[in-house]
Amino acid sequence: MKRTATMLAAAAMGLTMLAGCAGGGAAGGGNAAGDTIKVGLNYELSGPVATYGQASVQGIEMAVDEINNGGGVKGKKIELVKYDNKSEPAEATTLASKLTSSDKVLTIIGPATSGAFKAEIPVATRAKVPAVSGSATADDVTVGAQGVQEYAFRTCFNDSFQGTAMAKWAAEKKNAKSALIIKDNSSDYSKGLADNFKKTFTAAGGQIVGEEAYVTNDTDFNAILTRAKGQKFDVIYLPGYYNEAGLIIKQARAQGITAPILGGDGFDSPTLLQLAGASALTDVYFTNHYSSLDKDAKVQKFISDFKAKYNTEPSAFNALGYDTAKFVADAANRASDVNAEGIKTAMADTKDFSGVTGSFSMDANHNPVKTIVVIGMKNGQQSTAEKVAS
Amino acid sequence: MGEFAQQVINGLSLGSIYALIALGYTMVYGIIQLINFAHGDVYMVGAYVGYFSMTTLRLGFFESLLIAMVICMVLGVVIERVAYKPLRNSTRIAVLITAIGVSLLLEYTMMFFVGAAVRSYPPLPDYLTGSFQVGGVTVGNQQVLIIGVSLLLMAILQLIVRRTRVGRAMRAVSQDADAARLMGINVDNTISFTFALGSALAGAAGVLVGVYYNSINPLMGILPGLKAFVAAVFGGIGLIPGALIGGFFIGGVETFVSAAGQSLYKDAVVFGILIAILIIKPTGLLGRNVKEKV
Repeated sequence: MKRTATMLAAAAMGLTMLAGCAGGGAAGGGNAAGDTIKVGLNYELSGPVATYGQASVQGIEMAVDEINNGGGVKGKKIELVKYDNKSEPAEATTLASKLTSSDKVLTIIGPATSGAFKAEIPVATRAKVPAVSGSATADDVTVGAQGVQEYAFRTCFNDSFQGTAMAKWAAEKKNAKSALIIKDNSSDYSKGLADNFKKTFTAAGGQIVGEEAYVTNDTDFNAILTRAKGQKFDVIYLPGYYNEAGLIIKQARAQGITAPILGGDGFDSPTLLQLAGASALTDVYFTNHYSSLDKDAKVQKFISDFKAKYNTEPSAFNALGYDTAKFVADAANRASDVNAEGIKTAMADTKDFSGVTGSFSMDANHNPVKTIVVIGMKNGQQSTAEKVAS
Repeated sequence: MGEFAQQVINGLSLGSIYALIALGYTMVYGIIQLINFAHGDVYMVGAYVGYFSMTTLRLGFFESLLIAMVICMVLGVVIERVAYKPLRNSTRIAVLITAIGVSLLLEYTMMFFVGAAVRSYPPLPDYLTGSFQVGGVTVGNQQVLIIGVSLLLMAILQLIVRRTRVGRAMRAVSQDADAARLMGINVDNTISFTFALGSALAGAAGVLVGVYYNSINPLMGILPGLKAFVAAVFGGIGLIPGALIGGFFIGGVETFVSAAGQSLYKDAVVFGILIAILIIKPTGLLGRNVKEKV
């Protein structure tokens, strides 16, 4: 069955390449035809990281409604073309081709995860259409081997910053001298965070007592946790996605491991609470893009509007999606010509854009320069939020 | 010592799940020489039935376990009647490919209805979430429950196979279906019964896993299904005690590979065992070498 999946993926990739070539050759970037600005959404609406995609899209749709109700961009309404990439990078590539060649969008927003976003970039670059992700945090997303990816942007900080900030916070605020790392070895995200945490933590005089690894879709972590229990450490650094992180936290607490558990923005999902259970989610901290505990007026307005629309507290992915859509609209508004090329240039020139996840300017590597929040959880609820500057 | 004992408990919990699934594999193989690749997905269906019975119907753990077993039992019989019975006289490879088809059908039908996202079981009553200490070893009540329920089901299975008429019919059919038919045994019904038993055990394993790991998804059956298959081959496919030994063995191996700090290689080791067994002793640990009559 594994083999079937690989073969399907290979077939999908082959098709994508064909489609990509055709699209790139003919279109040379979508043009603003008609009276709407077409924006493609290529998101994880089903599959293992579906909550990231769904949450991002909620934020995007809310932002686009606000923009359109306020008269649109330069008198044109934004029209969203939404597809589900099923949390698969191969599918994300196929959809990117479809969006650029047959839907002729001016910008693609998404996917939410780094792996899928990276799969999309070559297609976007070939079609000369800018692609923006609100949550692809891997370092090499916007900067490849040949320098900066001209058509790739993001509105979130990157992994090295997340790992570094958490290590600094653990050493300074938690007085941690030793840490155990549990990472997902099948995920670039998790490995990137772990590496940077390790670098900064040891530079600050801390000690990494051990590194345990698992792979995505594992469900039984008792063996590695039992092993961990025999070691002495002040904190556990667990840079993983919520599916496994939730189970690890649950099983760790059930085994009587009480050390603080630190993680990254992959923890930010209601599913984490369902998987781990409220009592296990105590003394758990994670770096995030945004906190609903922020007192800023703009943030509070976003929270109340979001609650009015969706009847639930917004997560960081909602906020990032919201900011990303606003960022695209802002770029389109400033662009000299409202076409893919013009929007791309305006995105790269963004200065002091003010969003609910903080204000930022784009640096030369298409990364926003912004602050990070460390969120503390108690009994399954977010109870503290501290800002850490870059 | 404490850590070792703890790992043994971890291994036993995992092993009993594999053993429950492996039993279904081995019984079906024993009776119609079919590796039923859809078996892992029956386990997945069991997990979802348990989930819906606990959330939508708000039933307790044991009622849900029973409902999941009954529904999987029906599902197993339906699969056998619809997909495998018409192919009773076809080549074995045709049936095998059908089994893979049924497996994919179950996975993606389930995905169509419930979505691909991971679901978590509802919070459990206190008697299932607690844990206790035995000589420095933390034993979760759920671990006791999993091992206990598994052993109980295995004991019941042994009783059925060894002590009942239908059990005797199963053994007869597995030895020689034609001779059994001449003796007046209804071979078709006996085969269906075997599927029913195996599927019920898989359904139970699904609910136990849902309760224990708290995380289910439509593709959850693939890997445990394959590992249970390895367990069945290890013990000697077609032999019920072999599946038990194999299940606990594979669970133990996986746990101790992780415990040695090599958790990334645990799947590789399990499938390495499959290769080794197939080369060294293809009939498995308890298997005897039977000459095929031409």
